[in-house]
Amino acid sequence: MRITGLLLCGWLLGGSCQAAIDPALLAPLAADDSEQRIEAIGALARSAPDEALPVLGALASDSLAVAAGNRLVIIDGQRVVDAATGREITPPPANLEAININNRVRRELASALAALRLFSNDRDQRLQAAHEVAAGADASLLPLLDKALAAETDPEIVGRLRMAHAQASLTSSDAGVRQAAVRTLGESSDPRVRQLLLPLTEKRGDGWVEPDGAVRAAAGTSIREIERRLAWADGLGRAFTGLSLGSILLLAALGLAITYGVMGVINMAHGELLMVGAYSTWLVQGVFRTHFPGAVDWYLPAAVPVAFVSAALVGVLMERVVIRHLYGRPLETLLATWGISLFLMQVARSLFGAQNVEVANPAWMAGGVELLPNLVLPWNRIIIVAFSIAVLAAMWAMLNLSRLGMFVRAVTQNRAMAGCVGVPTGRVDTLAFGLGAGIAGLGGVALSQIANVGPDMGQGYIVDSFMVVVLGGVGQLAGAVWAALGLGVVTKFLEGWTGAVIAKIVVLVFIILFIQKRPQGLFALKGRFVES
Amino acid sequence: MPTPLIVRFLGAFDRRGWQFAALFAALTLVAVPVMHLVVPSGSPLHLSTHFVTLTGKILCYAIVAVAMDLIWGYAGILSLGHGLFFALGGYAFGMYLMRQIGRDGSYQSDLPDFMVFLDWKDMPWFWAGSDSFIWAVLVVLTVPALIAFVFGYFAFRSRIRGVYFSIITQALTYAAMLLFFRNETGFGGNNGFTDFKRILGFSITAPETRVVLFALSAMALLATLLLARYLVASRFGRVLTAIRDAESRVMFLGYQPLWYKLFVWTLSAMLCAIAGALYVPQVGIINPSEMSVGNSIEIAIWVAVGGRGTLIGPLIGAFLVNLAKSWFTVSFPEYWLFFLGAMFVVATLYLPQGVVGLWLKLRARAARAENPVSPATKGARA
Amino acid sequence: MKAVDLPLANGENSPWDSGTAELGHILHPGELDLSHKVILYLEDISVSFDGFRALNRLSLTIDSGELRCIIGPNGAGKTTMMDVITGKTRPDEGRAFFGQTIDLTRLSEAEIASSGIGRKFQKPTIFENHSVFENLELAMKTDKRVRRSLFSVLDSAAADRIAETLELIRLAGAADRQAGLLSHGQKQWLEIGMLLMQEPRLLLLDEPVAGMTDEETERTGELFLSLAGLHSLVVVEHDMAFVRQLGGRVTVLHEGSVLAEGSLEEVQGDPRVIEVYLGR
Repeated sequence: MRITGLLLCGWLLGGSCQAAIDPALLAPLAADDSEQRIEAIGALARSAPDEALPVLGALASDSLAVAAGNRLVIIDGQRVVDAATGREITPPPANLEAININNRVRRELASALAALRLFSNDRDQRLQAAHEVAAGADASLLPLLDKALAAETDPEIVGRLRMAHAQASLTSSDAGVRQAAVRTLGESSDPRVRQLLLPLTEKRGDGWVEPDGAVRAAAGTSIREIERRLAWADGLGRAFTGLSLGSILLLAALGLAITYGVMGVINMAHGELLMVGAYSTWLVQGVFRTHFPGAVDWYLPAAVPVAFVSAALVGVLMERVVIRHLYGRPLETLLATWGISLFLMQVARSLFGAQNVEVANPAWMAGGVELLPNLVLPWNRIIIVAFSIAVLAAMWAMLNLSRLGMFVRAVTQNRAMAGCVGVPTGRVDTLAFGLGAGIAGLGGVALSQIANVGPDMGQGYIVDSFMVVVLGGVGQLAGAVWAALGLGVVTKFLEGWTGAVIAKIVVLVFIILFIQKRPQGLFALKGRFVES
Repeated sequence: MPTPLIVRFLGAFDRRGWQFAALFAALTLVAVPVMHLVVPSGSPLHLSTHFVTLTGKILCYAIVAVAMDLIWGYAGILSLGHGLFFALGGYAFGMYLMRQIGRDGSYQSDLPDFMVFLDWKDMPWFWAGSDSFIWAVLVVLTVPALIAFVFGYFAFRSRIRGVYFSIITQALTYAAMLLFFRNETGFGGNNGFTDFKRILGFSITAPETRVVLFALSAMALLATLLLARYLVASRFGRVLTAIRDAESRVMFLGYQPLWYKLFVWTLSAMLCAIAGALYVPQVGIINPSEMSVGNSIEIAIWVAVGGRGTLIGPLIGAFLVNLAKSWFTVSFPEYWLFFLGAMFVVATLYLPQGVVGLWLKLRARAARAENPVSPATKGARA
Repeated sequence: MKAVDLPLANGENSPWDSGTAELGHILHPGELDLSHKVILYLEDISVSFDGFRALNRLSLTIDSGELRCIIGPNGAGKTTMMDVITGKTRPDEGRAFFGQTIDLTRLSEAEIASSGIGRKFQKPTIFENHSVFENLELAMKTDKRVRRSLFSVLDSAAADRIAETLELIRLAGAADRQAGLLSHGQKQWLEIGMLLMQEPRLLLLDEPVAGMTDEETERTGELFLSLAGLHSLVVVEHDMAFVRQLGGRVTVLHEGSVLAEGSLEEVQGDPRVIEVYLGR
């Protein structure tokens, strides 16, 4: 922190602009001794704050180098710039020796840079600097922060600076100042601030770390405030991961809601239809990599229809060859489709190998939205939630608005009657099964973005997705939706308490108990016809 | 004077049943031991260790298949959780075998190796008594049955049936597998129990021990068959099939299907546990993968291939499928899943009564060919 | 068949206000108490399925030994009423008593059956994979707990009873035939035979003569008439000729409650009944 203090003095006293930096000021930056370098950084910032910024920035990003004759240069891609004058050197000098700095210097450098950037004209620069300053603020920074606060107009940056200011004031000798600072810090929702306040309420040896009782009390209040906010953000984060897990479960279960819920077919190969979708995604990615390397990030939208069609085709084939002959015999269907699932797994193993294949997230799905300091929503999860909502909407529309949907509903309610009024029940079965399979394929696309893609991937989802259907109730889209989301959120919350395995066991046991009370699921149909 | 129960019990096997039992006993109690222990290993009549272990293993599987048939073939309840009871029986006996290792483990500790590895100082409470053989047998007989009873009571009381029941039992097994995979559960995590040394003080790898275990499995299978035969021939058995065919009618006749189902379900689980306890010392390992979803479903396919609703069917099925499995996994490992998958499909589509049903059908056809049917019936069939 | 010595109350109307059980006699829990000559009380029974009211404050009493016919258009609640009596459906509100003391809304199907109510389904429900003999054996009144059925042997008295019933339902020659191979009419008779083997006090018969020939129908009618008195019968039927043959009181159900009650002539002359059957 010493350097920041030095730097600050320079800034407040000097402050005039110079066109170029005295090379003598620059030279010690290349010194071997860390002390010397830290000294030089301070001196530089003091005497020429505006010009020092690019030089110090280059030093921080390891692009400052020494050319012949101890001349410092900045390497900027292909160009080489003179550090003192800021002019480009043509032709670039040979034998450049990069300057390496150790962590200690790097730390000091970061503070110095942040302090300098607090007065940048660029808003983003200032915001970032405010973040950085807050990370290590102490009393020596107070005058700088006062000055910056006076000049700052942007509310977000003001907020950050106030936090930094309060943090720096914690070491003040005036109890009133400390108490005000503690109060301000209570508005934070940063776990680091909590860490900072915690010692104030602790004893060290015989005495309190914080001698003033009022400040201690205020610190306690502030800690509780922060904790409340943290817990809230934590809960929100859990709810979101739960939601995204739920939407994965939903995608896996939606297909089942059609094949099992609507048609009464237990399809144990459903997980393998997810696998077909995931492998389709992988194949499409391969095609894009070899043939359209420029558009490789856009393979994912292209994979959606491919996965749907290939899973649907597999589903149609299954229905035509096997399941068709087993309608009305659910236990046999269960066994036959299990056989099909073993078959499909071995096909995948033979075609693509037993190892997992690599499906990359497109660049536009990387990163996330930061809502709070401890709550970042990753883009890939957000997109999966949105995707499953879209699939759900499309499926709802398909079942309720289209002619096929009407046929499916008719066949579900009364197969014989539907046949009598001319609904081609056989074809409707095939198409409905294909639709369910295709939706499983879409689930596979989503899964490929967050989970491993391999021959065994389907097995992990079959129990879960059946649980969703069982919990939701047969023949009920709404039931499947609520059950999937509920299971997802509950699982994630339990995981926080108990760990993943126990959470899963608890959820399974809960479902087993739940079925006791409501054997027909959440959204049960009631009536005379249910039993039969 | 009423016939004593034991006579009625033994009378469950008819003449042909006892002929089969005698032949079976002669093979497993005399022929196999002699050919394994006495006949020198160079002789073509010698039975290898591999053969004895494999057959002994399949005998245990056959007990499971008959137990599965009682609940599925006769009561119409497809359980996808029988692998759990099998594994629990195996674990219960495996605890005893672990204790029999004594200080001969890699860490030379009184505690089983995996506990030393986890840095545990004491045995968990549920390991108490596990060094006693009697206790182990008691646990094998009661704990899986008790779990089955409690689970079955709640499931049947809420009238969970059909595929719902199948799925719930599958979830139960899956949950148990996840539990046993954890190291903290106290059953050796994903490695389970292995490296057994002794049973009742005898070396577990000695050929004599092997043969005794083999013979015990064979006798257990025979007893299971006799018990099953008695059950299905009693009024209990008729009520059971009646529940399978028309449960509500059974209820309106004044029977409580709950207790019938629960009895056969618990009994079935207990038989599985016995099979598991016999299986573990023969194969020398038990781990959570025995509880995998696939294992339990495979039991159903043994029964389906053999012919459910018959008692000899599951026996045949267990042997056919498992012999095929051991042949495939040695000769064409990559085709085994293709074959198994195809077997599921073929058995359900074309062999509703399994090979036993097929054989009966062929015999009936042969009988018809010998005594040509009247032209009228022929015309009606054409 | 053991006859129960009871005054016949055939056709006699027992009003609700004949007094509640005054405990003027000893009550045996679980045993049928016919001290008020009424075998079945239904009082204000309502059942709804997802907003649809299948039964709407239905009240009905059946006297001991009575033969009652229930008619009504489709959806009138006839089958739901039987479901309530036999414990298959629990009423949302209302009370159902068998005799004076047995609360049907608290018992399971099997307990209700054991206490003496037999039911024949609309669609003949028999055990198709069992022989005719075994069907009757399973139905026979006996201790039906697991323990007993594990060790029971058929004694000669029981075999005689089965043989008697086989004669009565004219299936003596088909005792060993698989029940699934019987004709539709024979299955109906087998189910009636199973009901008789249960020795119930109250028989609920849902369209017992559907699918029978005229001759079979008439014989069934004779059988029912011979049973009345010893047993109480509730017959749901659409076949008016059969209802006429049975005589007895007729109750007309409509939209889940009683529309009219009386002799067949009376209800057929009732303008509301005519409106329900013919009107709209």
